[in-house]
Amino acid sequence: MALLEVEHLTQRFGGLQALTDFNLTLEEREILALIGPNGAGKTTVFNVVSGFYTPTEGSVVFDGKPTRGLKTNEVTSLGMARTFQNIRLWKDLTVLDNIRIAQHHNLGYSLLDAFLRTKKYRIREREIEEKSRNMLEKMGLTEYAAEFPKNLPYGLQRRVELTRALSLEPKLLLLDEPAAGLNSADVGELIGLIRWIYDNFPITIWMIEHQMQLVMSLCTRIMVLDFGKVIARGTPEEIRVNPVVINAYLGEEAAQCC
Amino acid sequence: MKKYTLNILALVVCLLLVVAAQMDMLDQYVLTIIMFIGINIIFASSLNLVNGYMGEFSCGHAGFMCIGAYAASFLSVTLFTNNKILGAALLPPYLAPWLFLFILLVGGIVAALFGLVVALPSFRTRGDYLAIITIAANYIIISLIENIDIIGGPRGLQGMRKVMNAMRHTLDIPWMLIWVIIVTGISLLILYRLVNSTYGKGISAVCQDEVAAKIMSVNTDRVKMVAFMVSSGLAGVAGGLYAHMYGYINPQAFNILKSTEGLVMVYLGGMASLSGSVLAAILFTLLVEALRFAIPAVDGALHAIHVLPDGFELSQVWKWVLIPLILILLMQFRPEGLLGNRELTDVFPRLRRWFTLK
Repeated sequence: MALLEVEHLTQRFGGLQALTDFNLTLEEREILALIGPNGAGKTTVFNVVSGFYTPTEGSVVFDGKPTRGLKTNEVTSLGMARTFQNIRLWKDLTVLDNIRIAQHHNLGYSLLDAFLRTKKYRIREREIEEKSRNMLEKMGLTEYAAEFPKNLPYGLQRRVELTRALSLEPKLLLLDEPAAGLNSADVGELIGLIRWIYDNFPITIWMIEHQMQLVMSLCTRIMVLDFGKVIARGTPEEIRVNPVVINAYLGEEAAQCC
Repeated sequence: MKKYTLNILALVVCLLLVVAAQMDMLDQYVLTIIMFIGINIIFASSLNLVNGYMGEFSCGHAGFMCIGAYAASFLSVTLFTNNKILGAALLPPYLAPWLFLFILLVGGIVAALFGLVVALPSFRTRGDYLAIITIAANYIIISLIENIDIIGGPRGLQGMRKVMNAMRHTLDIPWMLIWVIIVTGISLLILYRLVNSTYGKGISAVCQDEVAAKIMSVNTDRVKMVAFMVSSGLAGVAGGLYAHMYGYINPQAFNILKSTEGLVMVYLGGMASLSGSVLAAILFTLLVEALRFAIPAVDGALHAIHVLPDGFELSQVWKWVLIPLILILLMQFRPEGLLGNRELTDVFPRLRRWFTLK
């Protein structure tokens, strides 16, 4: 069974047709890229899949469960994590707290337990902290646990956001332009990081990305979106030479250089 | 042992206060101010949960205090005193000290239920709109109570003094002071534990980025609901204390001016800072009391040097010029308040060595 099945997805905002008949079957352990020009509707796809928007038409089935009618946090709890194009960390909470809050779906104690600091509360809080610190250690962020994200350089903030998403232990990780705002050296590092994540976690990755170096070197499959419609899909090799894609998005030069 | 120095110190100070009150060493006026500080601490820190930690703008906090005050008073007067309208005492008055905390709790729960009603629009509305809704809620609550005759309507409700007297008959100790100290302590502990739990961190997450909170599995609707209910519930508890301390309440004591006092304390102390709210509540209460003496003094002095004409007098109403003025100056020159998003322990890290708080 496929991890994610999106069928006939159409999204309208008033008179604007942002997505038209979007279909996707995502198998486990794939790395899929969604590319396309600005305003093509890529982030809209993510917003529908992660439950921010209720689709005008069509259905999203994640891990065998239809997500229509679920709230965003409920979709997340099914095992879908996400990062944002513009980093959305909680900037005035410590890095550790940022990671801890991702355990909200799995707190295991009630409000009353928190007021009374019952044994259940103390055990769970200790587990949550331990788990979060382990996650930070895995991602090489231990030394920043007590820092505020606003004081960290951009690249590290990206890493913290990735760590936060991973600490949800997702089956599917949605990355919205992970390379946005990174220089070429950082991109090299990010490619290594994403590959490392893929190798070390039982995870499926779906990313939106403009950075073709990253897309071509990581992804097993690419979809191209233009004006809300899928205009091509295939392996990186196929996409690179697809005349429709070159015309709409890549341009002649990019097709040659990558 | 060193780790408990401040805890023990606080305990000793509270005990000394109670002993001093018992020995009649404290003036009734001083005692009232001390109790009022406690009530204001609960009022300000509970408002800080919504306005500071959650970043919503609730302007009608006194409304919940009003609900709590009336609910608790109604209950205690009905249960323990012979009242012309509410009938004979249902329980023997000597039970009053045993059931008082329960009565406050009921006041808090009723206020929390009203808080739920205000929380519902907050799922869809933030910022200015929510501020308007909460102001409206404040007015609705006051008008509602003014139109219910059985609890006195606009004349107010009294009889709580008799309940306090009944406690004194049972055992002659300064009950009210003891209740204020205990309840203030419990309220602060509840808030401290809430905001430092992973659950409560979700409240700050909602404040700083609600979209990210949702995507990180925080049930934002529930978190908002909880924050509003805890906040309004504690305000209700503060109201119950207030009612029994003065022995008399009327709806207008909880109007928008009272809510403004709460806002001044929160912003004076600093958003999302419990110790800030405590500090601000103490400072603010003392300041308001100081004005009680300062205004006539200034009035006298200005008349003596003939700056003010004879017919013009500086009255206590000037308090309501000066307090909002503090708010304006604060927003201009130190918008983050005294502590602003930090606790005292962040400003003075060494303090941590001297106390333990769990």
